[in-house]
Amino acid sequence: MRNLFLWVALAIAVIILPNLVSFSQQEVLVFMTINILVVASYRLLTLTGEWSLGHVVIMGVGAYASALVTKELGLWVPLGILVGGLASALIALALSVPLFRMKGFYFLIGSFAAGEIIRLLWKRFRDPFGGAKGIKGIDPMPDFSIGIYQFDFFEPVSYFYFSAVVVAFCLWILWRIEKSPVGLTFHAVHWQDKLAQASGVNLRRYRTMAFVIASGFAGIAGALLAHYIGTINPNSFDVEVMVFVLTWAIVGGTGTFYGPILGCVVLTILNEIVLRELGLEQTRPLIYGLILILSILFMPNGLESIVQRVTRRKDAK
Amino acid sequence: MTALLEVQNLTMRFGGLTAVDGLNFKVEKGNIHGLIGPNGAGKTTTFNMVSGFYKPSHGKVLLNGEDISGLPMHEVANRGVVRTFQHSTLFAELYVLDNALIGTHMTFRPNLFAAILGLDGAARREALDRARSSLEFFGLGDVEQELAGDLSHGHQRALGMAVAYASRPDLILLDEPFTGMNPEETRQMMDLMRRLCAEGTTILLVEHDMQAIMGLCDNITCMSFGKFLAEGGPAEIRNHPDVIEAYLGGARHVA
Repeated sequence: MRNLFLWVALAIAVIILPNLVSFSQQEVLVFMTINILVVASYRLLTLTGEWSLGHVVIMGVGAYASALVTKELGLWVPLGILVGGLASALIALALSVPLFRMKGFYFLIGSFAAGEIIRLLWKRFRDPFGGAKGIKGIDPMPDFSIGIYQFDFFEPVSYFYFSAVVVAFCLWILWRIEKSPVGLTFHAVHWQDKLAQASGVNLRRYRTMAFVIASGFAGIAGALLAHYIGTINPNSFDVEVMVFVLTWAIVGGTGTFYGPILGCVVLTILNEIVLRELGLEQTRPLIYGLILILSILFMPNGLESIVQRVTRRKDAK
Repeated sequence: MTALLEVQNLTMRFGGLTAVDGLNFKVEKGNIHGLIGPNGAGKTTTFNMVSGFYKPSHGKVLLNGEDISGLPMHEVANRGVVRTFQHSTLFAELYVLDNALIGTHMTFRPNLFAAILGLDGAARREALDRARSSLEFFGLGDVEQELAGDLSHGHQRALGMAVAYASRPDLILLDEPFTGMNPEETRQMMDLMRRLCAEGTTILLVEHDMQAIMGLCDNITCMSFGKFLAEGGPAEIRNHPDVIEAYLGGARHVA
């Protein structure tokens, strides 16, 4: 009952929120919503103990795929977004063959290399990827009406509502996976892969499964982004963006489902509201780096550890 | 009648070192079979080959007549041979109950789509019952909500066996289950193994604790320097001159 109330309150807050902020902040809200899906899907991969540096490029695969199928083949945009997710999942499946011969640090480096190869392919082939300039004029979401609300996708508010619904649904699926026996097996693979294997777990299959699912959702996030900004290029998905994803995940903490999401929200607010107001945008990488170092030093379990401390104190009372 | 597990001419070479050299033995169904030998005799290496952790250089491991040598560990496990590890190898960061639930992985295979759609309720309940009954069996029922890493040493060893037992294997391989236990804990562990055997699980164990081995095993294989030395019941092995020599070094002359 209390939970239901919280969810309803959250839903109302999400509906009201964009009406309280400026136009540019509405745009930031859209990006933040999409980034929440990126970082939450990234966490699913980290459940198995593997950290990838190719997640943002995989997200880009979804963006390119969705942009191309809607632009070149005239596919309906919502279907294109799904195709984007599938394309990312399939690419991840193919990449898993060489990548999961490695683990730990080697996987990290391998995933970075694989991501750079994909990015260079986008740059090299002007047809169909548009080379270094990328793809422009990507079809926007077609406007539609649900009776009480008219979706006009030139307005960031409309796109925020649309992406919030898509992302919420994706998060729900990710949550169901994590809380299922499949999720427990991911944890098992992370903490003691030998014991998991002795219990009959096919390690390779489960690592691949986590990678493919995480990539699929990253692809959906990429497609959402592509149809919003209307233009993508190889640099939209370079390693700098990956560093932001890593920072969100590490500052938020990867021990809980909400940790990375919290990291993404808090750092986005800090970035867009505080830094922009202070006119410190140019020093953003510097400040992000500082936050990362400080949080590793003083908050090794991330922002989620603060939440846990507060809620535990409340329970104890 | 074929034995449950048969090891034929099993050999393992690490570069120039032959750790196990042409080993043969059989484990009969329903027995507790001990594998002993002085340090460096190749017991654990043998164990690792049987469980699929190592691929043997030569020779075969037959399970009910089927060649399982060189299969990966999860494939061996899927054929009903589950191992434990030396020391307390557990999912220390997870709850005791979750440890046992992972042990049920083979019986109740997680299904991604059923899990998302919520169609696996029955399987999850059965897995939970199975995990709880395994914990009860090893006397861990009242610690199921603790983190595995917080348990006492004796409980951790019991949990290792509970995880293995949760899949109801035909054969459990126990790697030095008595290491670091006091006599009281050892006695309790021996009782658990006898009960496990009475439930129809065959046990193969590698162990240093002679008292436990002698009191527990139906059959013992003794190795020394990677080679087969002797086999027989506890009484036979205890008095076998080659075994005494391997352990005490020329004990015959001293005695």
